Amino acid sequence: MSRAREVVLVLGAAGLVLAIAWFVPWLRFVLTIALAKGLAVLGILLLLRAGQVSFGHALYLAFAAYAAAFGAALVPETLILLPLAALGAALLGLVVGLFVVRYREIFFGMLNLALSMVFYSVLEKFYAITHGTDGIRLPPTTFAGQVLGAEAQGWAMLSLALVLSAFFAWLMRIYLASPLGQALAGIKTREARLEFMGMSARRVLLSAYVLSALMAGTGGAVLGMTTRHVTPALAYWTTSGELVFIAILGGAGSVAGPFLGAIAYELTRVYAAALVADAWQMILGFVLLLVILFAPGGLWAIGRALMGGRRQA
Amino acid sequence: MTSGDPGPILGAAVGKPGPVTRRETLAAAVAGGLLLSGRHVQAQPSRPAEIKVGIATYLSGPASVFGVPGRQAAEMLFDEINEAGGIGGVRVRPIFVDEGPGVDHFVGEYRRLVQSEGVHIVFAAISSGDCLACTPLADEMKRPTLLWDCGTQRIFEENRFEYSFRTQANATPEVLSALLYLLRAKPDFRSIAVVNQDYAWGRDSWEIFRTAMQALKPGVRVSAELFPRFGATDYSTEITRLLALRPDVVLSTSWGGDLDAFIRQSSDRRLFERSTFVLPLAESSLERVGRALPAGHIIGARGDHWFLHPGPKDPALLKRFTDNFRRRFSSYPIYPCHHMAQAVFAMKAGYEKAMAAKGGGWPTDAELAAAFRGLEFPSLTASVRIREDGQGLENQIIGTTHHADQYPFAVMTDMVVFPAELVTTPVGMKSADWLKTLKPEIIQRVPQPVAYQP
Repeated sequence: MSRAREVVLVLGAAGLVLAIAWFVPWLRFVLTIALAKGLAVLGILLLLRAGQVSFGHALYLAFAAYAAAFGAALVPETLILLPLAALGAALLGLVVGLFVVRYREIFFGMLNLALSMVFYSVLEKFYAITHGTDGIRLPPTTFAGQVLGAEAQGWAMLSLALVLSAFFAWLMRIYLASPLGQALAGIKTREARLEFMGMSARRVLLSAYVLSALMAGTGGAVLGMTTRHVTPALAYWTTSGELVFIAILGGAGSVAGPFLGAIAYELTRVYAAALVADAWQMILGFVLLLVILFAPGGLWAIGRALMGGRRQA
Repeated sequence: MTSGDPGPILGAAVGKPGPVTRRETLAAAVAGGLLLSGRHVQAQPSRPAEIKVGIATYLSGPASVFGVPGRQAAEMLFDEINEAGGIGGVRVRPIFVDEGPGVDHFVGEYRRLVQSEGVHIVFAAISSGDCLACTPLADEMKRPTLLWDCGTQRIFEENRFEYSFRTQANATPEVLSALLYLLRAKPDFRSIAVVNQDYAWGRDSWEIFRTAMQALKPGVRVSAELFPRFGATDYSTEITRLLALRPDVVLSTSWGGDLDAFIRQSSDRRLFERSTFVLPLAESSLERVGRALPAGHIIGARGDHWFLHPGPKDPALLKRFTDNFRRRFSSYPIYPCHHMAQAVFAMKAGYEKAMAAKGGGWPTDAELAAAFRGLEFPSLTASVRIREDGQGLENQIIGTTHHADQYPFAVMTDMVVFPAELVTTPVGMKSADWLKTLKPEIIQRVPQPVAYQP
């Protein structure tokens, strides 16, 4: 696919998101949340390239969201807070990564899960600081020094989420095309060969892990600043499971998959909840089953088939 | 890298140049049809065709033991209002949303209720987290919001809101009344142990209880502070420990399946024979645990909610509600049903007050919100007044369990109805500070208990 065509597609997709948010105002919030989760799922996708599933990426999501919540009291500026929170998550990712990249597959997944649950417990038990499960509210933040009204703030966060999504999708493509990114596939197929080539599999995985923590952190900071209320549930294992689920729903074949999956997931959830308040989980479950049974490549694969089949991108 | 462009979002037709095919048109139509409703501006303040009420409640998860009875009560009361001609001649329609998926989903649902469904008023919520998240949102979106069941005292003590009002009490009076009842019924207890769920309410309620206890009866030994996991099903460790420690009093503010399991297992291991239990939320579990809860223990109902209330203001109203509810849903109404009734009655009274102030004209959102401040409305058992800070003043009933032949479960005897003013934190004070100023004389001001009348 030509570069110009891709740019047109990205702009078209962004335009569509903005159009939906304009015509259906309440979806603006839902779409922002979806993009934030999409960012975190992009991080999961990166590790999937190495054949590793993290069942604990909600750790970075929640860490950045809480960092933003606590930081907002000190630095009430979105454009400073967001990178700080994301970098904090990346740093945490580096520390955790040093340990978890020694493990593979189920051990990698479970260790991540365990650590995210440790963080969940910390948030829940340090009641005097975190207010436990009731969570804490983010004070209003300025945007580039401007105090925005509720409406403008909503648009600013959606635009920011769009820009960040496009940026990280682009960054991820470059990363995956680079030797470091290519080596991830080596970890998936046969790690020993990678070592024979003189590359350290641990370092390769560590760099991917830190990058994925950064993306999950960015998503978490956007999420926290959009809902403006953070609770420990963000770090709970079901949130991690949701992220992995979105990755499968969207399809692991493309950097567009996470965003496609996240938006489809959130829209299915809100419309199912609007349609049948007490059986929405069943609808969501059916959609997931259908995708797993009939479109194992995820929504992205369906989209590509619709767009003209076997063309190589 | 096999493929990869951060591509289209909803359908294949997006952003693709060239002629539009039938398939693309179809995809676009599907995408368009997905978006149920468009942008619309709410007409104000002409009389609407119906009053739409967004109701947040738990329809899934552990707290659905409160959420589902709450919804049942709402359905019944909305039907009754509509049969009687609606509010100001306008029918009312509830739109329920599930709090189960958590705060971030609920915040989205709140926006949907206001911006897509166009609800005129919102009842939110059971979860304190949801209430904390939606009160600033209510001010932002300028939609009157009644906090119908959540317990946290933080909301109006830490902030001031223009559009949010609580139609019931909060954690402080609910827990303090149980303590006052205990101090009166069993003044010489020397040790206490607490077994609370490990989440915000479990921690908060113990904090309130302990602070007040230190002010009113210093020197009580706290033998154990146990916080089993939220949703725990096995309490054998806690019970073994309590059997060994032999505290005079065991306090637990747990609810739902957690409390049921704790009561049943304590009963099996005869812990009830060694210690007096104080269970401020047990009213909602009585029917489920049946006779497993023995006589002689202290229980409460998060307000003056009791189908055998010793002195209801309007006995016919309480009886009609209880009978209708039993006929329709085959269970006794528990406290969330009363809380829901209070929200519904407050809505009705609020609209009527706002319309009266406008000479019969339909109120705007701001006028409706203003009507709630200082509003006094009936509850099923007494009446509730919304204070100037938005907090409701609600009486509290605490009693001792008693086994009567008519009921296959424990009922209350020696019931004390605490007047709201006695146990509620005054306006402008924080509960933690106010509780420290309490003097033991307050116990003398507690009303006389009323015995169970068969």
